Amino acid sequence: MDSVAHAAQTPDHPQPYAELGLKPDEYQRIRDILHRRPTSSELAMYSVMWSEHCSYKSSKVHLRQFGRKAPESEALLVGIGENAGVVDIGDGWAVTFKVESHNHPSYIEPYQGAATGVGGIVRDILSMGARPLAVMDQLRFGSVDDPDTARVVHGVVAGVGGYGNCLGLPNIGGETVFDPCYQTNPLVNALCVGAMRHEDIHVSSARGAGNLVILYGALTGGDGIGGVSVLASESFDETGPSKRPAVQVGDPFTEKLLIECTLELLAADLIDGIQDLGGAGLSCATSEMASNGDGGMHVWLDRVPLRDQSLSPEEILMSESQERMCAVVTPGNLDAFMAICEKWAVTATVIGEVTQGDRLVIEWHDEVVVDVPPRTVAHDGPIYERPIAEPATIRTRQAVTTEPRQTDPRTTLLDLLGNPNHGSKAWVTDQYDRYVRGNTVLAQPEDSGVLRIDEQTGRGVAIATDCNARFVELDPYRGTQLALAEAYRNVSATGAVPLAVTNCLNFGSPEDPEVMWQFEQAVTGLADGCLQLGIPVTGGNVSFYNQTGSAPIHPTPVVGVLGVFDDVARRTPMAWGPDGELIYVLGVTRSEFGGSAVATSQGLLTGMPPEVDLDAERVLSQILVAGSRDGMLTAAHDVSDGGIGLALAEMAMRSGIGARTWVPDGEDLFTWLFSESATRAIVVVPRSEELRFTEMCGARRFACTRIGVVDSGLGDVLQVGELEWGIAEMTTVSAGVLPAFF
Amino acid sequence: MRWCTRPLAQSLSYREGVRVGVVTFPGTLDDIDAARAVTYAGAEPVALWHGDHDLRGVAAVVLPGGFSYGDYLRCGAIARFAPVMSEIVDAAEQGMPVLGICNGFQVLCEAHLLPGALVRNDSLHFVCRDQTLRVESTNSAWTGAFEPGQEIVVPVKNGEGSYIADERTLDMLEADGRVVFRYLGGNPNGSRRDIAGISNAQGNVVGLMPHPEHAIDDLTGPGVDGLGLFASVLTALVG
Repeated sequence: MDSVAHAAQTPDHPQPYAELGLKPDEYQRIRDILHRRPTSSELAMYSVMWSEHCSYKSSKVHLRQFGRKAPESEALLVGIGENAGVVDIGDGWAVTFKVESHNHPSYIEPYQGAATGVGGIVRDILSMGARPLAVMDQLRFGSVDDPDTARVVHGVVAGVGGYGNCLGLPNIGGETVFDPCYQTNPLVNALCVGAMRHEDIHVSSARGAGNLVILYGALTGGDGIGGVSVLASESFDETGPSKRPAVQVGDPFTEKLLIECTLELLAADLIDGIQDLGGAGLSCATSEMASNGDGGMHVWLDRVPLRDQSLSPEEILMSESQERMCAVVTPGNLDAFMAICEKWAVTATVIGEVTQGDRLVIEWHDEVVVDVPPRTVAHDGPIYERPIAEPATIRTRQAVTTEPRQTDPRTTLLDLLGNPNHGSKAWVTDQYDRYVRGNTVLAQPEDSGVLRIDEQTGRGVAIATDCNARFVELDPYRGTQLALAEAYRNVSATGAVPLAVTNCLNFGSPEDPEVMWQFEQAVTGLADGCLQLGIPVTGGNVSFYNQTGSAPIHPTPVVGVLGVFDDVARRTPMAWGPDGELIYVLGVTRSEFGGSAVATSQGLLTGMPPEVDLDAERVLSQILVAGSRDGMLTAAHDVSDGGIGLALAEMAMRSGIGARTWVPDGEDLFTWLFSESATRAIVVVPRSEELRFTEMCGARRFACTRIGVVDSGLGDVLQVGELEWGIAEMTTVSAGVLPAFF
Repeated sequence: MRWCTRPLAQSLSYREGVRVGVVTFPGTLDDIDAARAVTYAGAEPVALWHGDHDLRGVAAVVLPGGFSYGDYLRCGAIARFAPVMSEIVDAAEQGMPVLGICNGFQVLCEAHLLPGALVRNDSLHFVCRDQTLRVESTNSAWTGAFEPGQEIVVPVKNGEGSYIADERTLDMLEADGRVVFRYLGGNPNGSRRDIAGISNAQGNVVGLMPHPEHAIDDLTGPGVDGLGLFASVLTALVG
């Protein structure tokens, strides 16, 4: 046994720090902190907690911008740094939401990787004291026709569904994108949103000497050991050993019991501090809770109930076995705590207590194997200012004027509908339960997922996530602002007032200066954008090392925006109707094709992405929200991928009713249909509201152009000028695209 | 026919005293939805716990959807041995109305209150979609308020919802009018003869895979057709 005493006596004992993912100078720093070599258990803890995934060592210097540039917001109740940010949505309700990545595990073992990605983010939300209410998933896969893509898609979709469906959380939306850049680095991001009353907000801290530290939930096994360090914080290479043992295995049934048990414990006010066990397992939970608390912590590691009795203390500290939580409980509440755990058949064990000192001490069969200042493990990890270099070719690539060939517009729209990135995602979303809990007001393919939070008042939230990584590849600063603008617009289109932002920043290796440049540009763009829009970033997640060999993915900063409704009954859907209502385009269409769907379909990835005007986005948002509040809109849909053409097609397919539209004078037909200028939406206005609506737009100096009328008399046809598409024809193409591959 | 929404239903005071139990097993998911549907129909939902030998004086019972006991071994196979099930089986045999939805239907089959079994969808995928059903029988305790042959839209969501039984049993169910709901416009899971729901011989026990509790409000579902099942049982109980 490598106890502290033994370590002190054997200073020159060689240690496998490199295999655990630590650099020589990081190892030396641990020795400096402890004034001796670490024990093998301490080395295990530092290695996982100082991993890129847990410590944010490469990203921290950039992420500070989110705090520094945070707009004034009274809505923010708990900010960055906790398990998830919390915002005030009014009437005493608080909402917490967050996205996390589970990319690397999902490539190695797609089903379990995706399943435990859902499980992990749900526990993050739960550990804030909130009831988890819904999930969304942001998926990026390789080429749709690559043989390996089907393996990953089937596993990931089944994993997201298998776990989320079995937990009883509706899946209310997300993204599914195919691009060769994700071939060996698929992205599986999972979002969870939860709600609680203000007074029920909990944080992760161990306070009050003598209070008990309780581990409850699933038994600890050998799965997920080193998940955050050797798996999530390194690039894949083709020669290494199989990393499958580093992927965790999930059990949603246990998680469901853990949720109900935890909520009952919280309601009974039996928990003083709470933390989920996710990445870095017990190493993270014990060191973070102790570091956040007012004293130290003593843990008897041999009390941890094990699934596999042969596990060593190092493995127990590193295990990422799922469905576990850690709580700090006063001794007087212990019996009541245990009774509720017993009701839900959840195993609970007192494994330690809060102490007066300032050390985290862990014993294994009466020998001290860890004795560290917890802050050095949890919060004072290394911080790197990685070298940054603007890619040599980016300026020349941006300078290329990108005008795609003007193909036949009728065929072009059908081709877009038949493209896996723009056709129906029902093959994916029909495998997810969107109804459970009975509060889903809108779900995919609507612009945002809308949930009722309060059944009496109808108060609720909308959430949208977006990222067009082609835009970010062309210009990371602008591309990330476009992702923010699109999510903000999507939330507004359903009628919600945008309130807060979360993110999941998926990038290549931080050791590549060009990737670090992309990252720095993206974070700066997002922080500047949020400041300009007046909505704070409440939290987020960084996933680096999404690259194989020297080829990184397109930078993919997924941005999530949360909006609030005073009453979800006034949500604006995307389906138009009835007959005779008027179709308007809001915003200005310029010839902007850089990174667009039609340019991509012609193999072009050059030029600049569309211009961003966040002040105009704010005005558009105000118009969409006022239109919803005052009953001036029956439908709305944002214009993004595929331009006005695709947006009209999606509205027509959703409603099943035809429409007659025209191209405004002076507009080029192809540009009108397929340009991807930002800050635009299509809205449908009842005739009785037309004057009021156009006057509102005029007063705000926002372009609004009448382009058509809902008209079933045409026989379920979408008409744009002289062109016609049958709705049935479009639906067949769109609905058939994913089933043809999977 | 349109079902009244909540404010109207709640004004129907003669139903207010009716207590309808909603069972929670470990892993039950749609219990709050079922309780909400009972409330919308005008009755009082009563939470029943799997571990209690106690029906708390309810007049009818709903076994809601979910993954009881993680669906380990076989869907519904462990739940049928839950303490509360012995009371439910006894009460059902005495004529108490019992509705099993999705996982609840699977439990009723495992408990032998209904014949047949539910197996993996023929697509091998979980399927969630709005499904049109035809009400084939209005003689059960849970369908009396519908018109014979009425078409309703109710969400279906399951991974193991394909109803099977031997041919003789299927023939008997058809002949006795015990096929209560049938899928229209596409069978979502490969159920034999498009069967979506059946009843026992007395008509008090009904099981179906689709989820009527998710079709009680235009805001959160595809309509309000699902309320008909809950309104039916209240009529059956209090007239």
